Amino acid sequence: MRPLLEQACWDTLYMVGWSTLIAVVGGLPLGLLLVLTERGGLLQNVLANKVVGQIVNIARSMPFIILMVALMGFTRWITGSTIGREAAIVPLAIGAIPFFARLVETAVREVDHGLVEAVQAMGGNTWTVVRKVLVPEALPSLISSATTTVVALIGYSAMAGTVGAGGLGDIAIRYGYQRFETDLMWITVAVLAVVISVIQFAGDYAARALHRRGGRSGAAPRLRLLKAEAAAPELTKV
Amino acid sequence: MITTSGLTKVYRGRGREVTALDGVDLHVREGEVYGVIGQSGAGKSSLIRCVNLLERPTSGTVTVAGQDLTALAGRGPRAGRELRRARSRIGMVFQHFNLLSTRTVQDNVELPLEILGTSGKERSRKALELLDLVGLADKAKAYPAQLSGGQKQRVGIARALAGDPKVLLSDEATSALDPETTRSILTLLRDLNRQLGLTVLLITHEMDVVKSICDSAALMEQGRVVESGTVSELLATPGSELASALFPVTGEASGDDRTVLDVTFQGEAATQPVISQLSRTYNIDISILGAAIDTVGGLQIGRMRIELPGRYEDNVVPVGFLREQGLQIDVLGRAGQESVLAKEGAK
Repeated sequence: MRPLLEQACWDTLYMVGWSTLIAVVGGLPLGLLLVLTERGGLLQNVLANKVVGQIVNIARSMPFIILMVALMGFTRWITGSTIGREAAIVPLAIGAIPFFARLVETAVREVDHGLVEAVQAMGGNTWTVVRKVLVPEALPSLISSATTTVVALIGYSAMAGTVGAGGLGDIAIRYGYQRFETDLMWITVAVLAVVISVIQFAGDYAARALHRRGGRSGAAPRLRLLKAEAAAPELTKV
Repeated sequence: MITTSGLTKVYRGRGREVTALDGVDLHVREGEVYGVIGQSGAGKSSLIRCVNLLERPTSGTVTVAGQDLTALAGRGPRAGRELRRARSRIGMVFQHFNLLSTRTVQDNVELPLEILGTSGKERSRKALELLDLVGLADKAKAYPAQLSGGQKQRVGIARALAGDPKVLLSDEATSALDPETTRSILTLLRDLNRQLGLTVLLITHEMDVVKSICDSAALMEQGRVVESGTVSELLATPGSELASALFPVTGEASGDDRTVLDVTFQGEAATQPVISQLSRTYNIDISILGAAIDTVGGLQIGRMRIELPGRYEDNVVPVGFLREQGLQIDVLGRAGQESVLAKEGAK
């Protein structure tokens, strides 16, 4: 039983780790683009903003299990298979990119416009503004957003278990639901709870530490976290 | 040093237009502190943002240090390389300081130098030198959140000076500060203006700011400059709103058949015993309703409100005498006639 759980744990972390990485790499520029291209933004382009915004909305409101099935062809093209850990990473990452992008958008929009103006007045260009102002100033919020994304991905990864991706969700379904091994299911639930708590704690800690470096009160990041979670809709949508 | 001509800015919203600037001509000479004062909504903010083209003027031109910035701007909304380079030579300080909270004081001051591509060693040397100049050498490693408002603005000023600008724009730099801190920041700006020969254009809604450091001032109302000039020119302009706001005297006439005069003394005239001469020469009783002496823009100015018996028509000769002494006389309650008379008096 222990090797089984251990393997499942690693599978979950493997899938979630890689898909988070891809989601951050893809979602950060996308979220920045959403802010920069909006009306009055530095790269104002209303058409592009509408198109990107619409794609993000559709992708985000798509139930994950359907997205996973719909992407099977694409997944096979990328990984050569639709079964297994690697195959699960593809739909997980694609589902998480728009999710993270929206959170990035919210976080970046909170950055005081006066700072942008100050850098422009120094002769900085848009890239300077992104690099020196938007990303560093939004960093605590961005870390909170990434934490929220990881937690959401753990939820999604359980669904990926249904197509043979392995992981904790898979164990809970196969052993707990299909074989009526309730003990194992409860253990899985407990392990999941611990994993999620640890991730949430680490994320909160990092966000708060960054904030404290800025010397602000400890209450601010907690408020921001709440905001980020409020902005992240239906984490458990199936 | 800074010249705007016919500067107009129109904001177009859905179905409505707001004219923030309506043909503003401004001329700021090299090495002076120029204050633009007006109520909120008068267009001051738009004006100062148009000077470094953070806002694109709808029409008109802006020239800073002989360079026509409006010509550099190009057509698109984004600032091209030439304009960005020109901006880096114009310092700007803000009402809310606009310091990056995730950077230390020193790193904030280094930011403009990073943008200019200065090497790391040179950056930190320059930043520390500037922090020393504004009196914050010991706070280099602190974060902005650990500083008081006045200290933050000093960091803002040090940052604005990093690119060795000839021109400093100050956007309500003291409006978020208490009176004492305001004074110390204004003193700093004044010192920098004198030591570095920095030309300062500041906007404010506080008359005290203009009074304490400005060499010249302009009054804005509804997007237009309604009065402008050096402080002494303004004070010598009869009926000038700015002059009376800069230097108010109060006092009410004691009866109907009285003539009330505001007498402004400047320079030489201030030392002459004109009031007693007037009294003796024309044998009239003069009562003083109010008086004040103050320093405005480094000039010693006295203003006195006096009352003469009889109507204005009876007092034309004494008033003429006062004007002959080189005093500026405003006759209260005769605004229309006064301006014509005053111009004659000036000739």
